Amino acid sequence: MASHKHNEPESDMALRVKAIEQLLSEKGLVDPTGIDRLIELYETRVGPHNGARVVAKAWSDPDYRARLLENGTDAIAELGVSGIQGENMVVVENTQDVHNVVVCTLCSCYPWPVLGLPPRWYKSPPYRSRVVREPRAVLEEFGVEVPSDVEVRVWDSSAEIRYMVLPQRPEDSKGKSEDELAALVTRDGMIGVATV
Amino acid sequence: MDGIHDMGGMHGFGKVGREENEPVFHADWEARAFGLSLQAADGIGFVDDHLRANIERIPAARYLRSTYYELWMQSLESIAIEKGVLTPQEIESRVASLSEGGRAEGGSDISLDEIDAMMAAGASTKRPDVSVVAGFKVGDRVRVKNDHPQHHTRATRYCRGRVGEVIADHGVFVFPDSNSEWQGENPEHCYTVVFDAEELWGESGTPGDSVTVDLWESYLEQA
Repeated sequence: MASHKHNEPESDMALRVKAIEQLLSEKGLVDPTGIDRLIELYETRVGPHNGARVVAKAWSDPDYRARLLENGTDAIAELGVSGIQGENMVVVENTQDVHNVVVCTLCSCYPWPVLGLPPRWYKSPPYRSRVVREPRAVLEEFGVEVPSDVEVRVWDSSAEIRYMVLPQRPEDSKGKSEDELAALVTRDGMIGVATV
Repeated sequence: MDGIHDMGGMHGFGKVGREENEPVFHADWEARAFGLSLQAADGIGFVDDHLRANIERIPAARYLRSTYYELWMQSLESIAIEKGVLTPQEIESRVASLSEGGRAEGGSDISLDEIDAMMAAGASTKRPDVSVVAGFKVGDRVRVKNDHPQHHTRATRYCRGRVGEVIADHGVFVFPDSNSEWQGENPEHCYTVVFDAEELWGESGTPGDSVTVDLWESYLEQA
């Protein structure tokens, strides 16, 4: 696994986590190697590059785009992407009429298979409290100004549906391949706090 | 539960702080806490509803002081104790005997591909085989009941008593209110309901803007 902050003294939390891991491992309830692999999985394989492939394909292939908006889970699985915290996916499309943005006000729900684990700000009280009440102010802090004639729709992931935003394709991206398009897509664009 | 976790619409938390080039985990122990919680859910036998319910029972001041994975660990400990898997004395005694963190000894030879396949299979809480009549349909006007249960619930405080429109019926899902209390799955229909910003926030809501909330059958009544 990747190492972090090697020079810091062992924190109370580090000791506590190790103690629980040891105890549960001794009782046969967790597998330390499984923990290693889970960390590696979310540090290397599962991340926004998966969502970027989905977006690039939707931008390139109108039939795929239609399938994606009709049944997000199945269309995403066509690209071999699926799993925990993304079993029931809904993809919402930004258009000239609506700008979508995703939050989980109660917790931290986030579509892991396509975006990986959420950034800290997504789980933080400021984002969770504010984006439902004053989405335009929050978006402006992120550098997105939504015109007044465009609806801002906030999707609060309060149940087990996980949302991903299909951003608008940049106007200057004509003729680009799917790989080139995928490189333009950002995590924040797929949460809805950035344009692409 | 009307707890601090239900913070949609609250004032006073300030600006959203962002971090450039944020790592997936901010410390080795955060990474271990993540993997440990996922493994322990299978090993001990609990699901997200239980992890969340126990996070929500953390006193408000402590909740706000804690980082995200500290909340997970506090919840995991409390579940392990409630289920009789660990005792508080056992945990404190083990913590006291350690001088460094990191990984527990031992483990299987499970591969990354095997873990990848397990996670890719998912663990959906949708119950398509359970037949439950849908009380609402797309286009219905619904009001969120003004209930304030002490247990875990997904009807956010800011939408209670408010009227919106059903825009999707996602089918039948495990009901978190009973599942989190170890009272069974009791699956029922889950809907997406869209609310006008002004319905939720009065004059401070921007006309034309909207918020959607995903809500189970039991939370709703015809408006």
